[in-house]
Amino acid sequence: MSKLRFTIDGKPCTAEPGQTIAEAAKANAVYIPTLCHYEGLPPVGSCRVCTVRSGGRYMASCTQVVTDGMAIENMVPDLEDMRRAIIEMLFVEGNHMCPTCEKSGNCQLQALAYRYQILVPRFPFQFPGRHIEAVAPKILLEHNRCIQCLRCVRSVQTKDGRKVFAQRDRSKKRKIDVDAKLAAGLTDEEVRKAMDICPVGSILMKEIGFAVPIGERKFDREPIGSDIEKGPER
Amino acid sequence: MARKITIEPVTRVEGHGKVTIRLDDSGRVTQSRFHIVEFRGFERFVQGRPYWEAPVLVQRLCGICPVSHHLAAAKAMDVIVGVGPDGLPPTAEKMRRLMHYGQMLQSHALHFFHLCSPDFLLGMDADPAVRNVIGIIGLDKDLAVQAVLLRKFGQEVILATSGKKIHGTGAIPGGINKNLSPEERDVLLKGPDPLNVDRMIDWSLAAVELFKDYQKKNKDLVDGFAAFPSHHLSLVRKDGALDFYHGVLRAVDADGHKVLDDVDYKDYLDHIGEEIRSWSYMKFPYIRSLGKTNGWYRVGPLARLNTCDYIPSPLAQKEFEVYKAYTAGKPNNMSLHTHWARLIELLHSAEVIKELLLDKDLQGQKLVKKGKKAREGVGLVEAPRGTLFHHYQVNDNDQITMANLIVSTTNNNEPMNRAVHWVAEKVLAGNPEITEGMLNRVEVAIRAYDPCLSCATHAVGRMPLEVTLLDGDDNVLQRKVR
Repeated sequence: MSKLRFTIDGKPCTAEPGQTIAEAAKANAVYIPTLCHYEGLPPVGSCRVCTVRSGGRYMASCTQVVTDGMAIENMVPDLEDMRRAIIEMLFVEGNHMCPTCEKSGNCQLQALAYRYQILVPRFPFQFPGRHIEAVAPKILLEHNRCIQCLRCVRSVQTKDGRKVFAQRDRSKKRKIDVDAKLAAGLTDEEVRKAMDICPVGSILMKEIGFAVPIGERKFDREPIGSDIEKGPER
Repeated sequence: MARKITIEPVTRVEGHGKVTIRLDDSGRVTQSRFHIVEFRGFERFVQGRPYWEAPVLVQRLCGICPVSHHLAAAKAMDVIVGVGPDGLPPTAEKMRRLMHYGQMLQSHALHFFHLCSPDFLLGMDADPAVRNVIGIIGLDKDLAVQAVLLRKFGQEVILATSGKKIHGTGAIPGGINKNLSPEERDVLLKGPDPLNVDRMIDWSLAAVELFKDYQKKNKDLVDGFAAFPSHHLSLVRKDGALDFYHGVLRAVDADGHKVLDDVDYKDYLDHIGEEIRSWSYMKFPYIRSLGKTNGWYRVGPLARLNTCDYIPSPLAQKEFEVYKAYTAGKPNNMSLHTHWARLIELLHSAEVIKELLLDKDLQGQKLVKKGKKAREGVGLVEAPRGTLFHHYQVNDNDQITMANLIVSTTNNNEPMNRAVHWVAEKVLAGNPEITEGMLNRVEVAIRAYDPCLSCATHAVGRMPLEVTLLDGDDNVLQRKVR
């Protein structure tokens, strides 16, 4: 089947049929910020950071597939401000203390805040009373930093397919639970992967904090999105 | 008429504090207090945090000497992960030492040149508008440039070892997260003039000479100002050498007799108690065997050069011998001689940095070691301002359940109060009019101890000084703000 043709902010792009806007944008060296989306996992479109506009309609680029002839708006002022507002909301509804967080420098939420040059959020801090869940032998769950992206729920499983993480309750009460018994059976490599999948510092592998020196962390080397914007040829 | 004098905030110190002095009808001092008016709460909110986070979290106590808190906590966490204080891989221990001596260099340079030298070089009675580091630039531009670059060099050492000039992440439980690359080493060792370690040694030596010269010309002031006998406490290396990173606890009395010696610091609670007084957020530590009344002691440069037997670097040792000869080998109890001691330590730090930079262990690959986990750890270092105690307990889930920190300035609480009292009695008492210069002398006495009151990063010279004179019924008679 022939490739679909569409534009992002006027730039001519192509996509494979069935490809989502986020996937196709990446393939065309266009960065659309994402947060809950993780390559290889089924998208859920929960954070809305990747919202774009086409034909006057707003859509999550991680769930919406490309159609032929689409004219997508991405880096336009009102959409960028809306994304910035979403990131600010995620900051104020949790307790994100970047200076002492071991995910600092590897955290996608922090990296987006840097990209959007967020100094002070426009919303009041909520300072919710959350806690740390540390009973699992290898995993520490830091609820203060959880942004409910559900990446862990969608991805972390035991070898026999049982989910290690699950969500409990609804709305503001919603929180992620870890099954300590199942988590105990994960290998170090699986725990490390779970930590990497978490976009913030909510899932931590015990006893290895701050092992990567400043300067060698992922976003120390290049700002978020710059790898995509460079394009595949470089 | 009875009067109460308040100095709030005390300026050119790190953080916020205030002084109150009460004078009775005849102008005699009835009470003098140095209050710490901030409450931080670190010991409480570190509870529940994972233990490996402590070195990064607690260093936020301070913007001047975060490395001290970082390393004291890391040393305590070494014990938690089953590595004794002497069990670290050589690369890890030497990287931490390099970080620490870099910090001593920058902190001592900051304190002497930026905070204290205006009192000496411009005069205690000079106009407050120029009695600051900007005034020093006007007086001696070259000296001011040296001050800035000495501090910068120390910060560069910290950057190379911890990833950031302030609040880095180098030390982790059981080791360090990076070694020193040959490129990083060469920049510090052979960087373009003047930013290289040899130049720092030259400038440190010149700073010692500067103070010695001042002392010779102002002997009565430097020797007599706020001088009083006390005990002195610090870590010393096992063989009695000066060591800022590790050692055993030693305390001497005003005549040099050892009160504590060869004490393993993990047992510090057996030897050090803390008294609480209702009017200050800062506790009053004391040596238990001597009791609350007599057991107070000094820490910091003055104390360290009183407790150690020698300094393990040639130029600093030579200066140490001159310094010790001045008191015929006896402990030095003169508050302003703390500056002399501090500058000898500045020189020692620069020498140690060079020695470490030449050590190939810094390029080693083994960075971390771990052993059998423990539930409790104590870590001590000699911070720029004195002995720093960190003590933690953790639960089976790796969460901190208890933290006890005795910071350097806390150890000097009673001595600073004594110094304030000395000035109140010798300078203020009996004077019908209290001048700004007199009040500055109160601050000079406090500054000698380089207190880090909130361990914060305030801009020099921007804090207002408010002085209020009140009558016996606390009615405001006069108020001056600068």
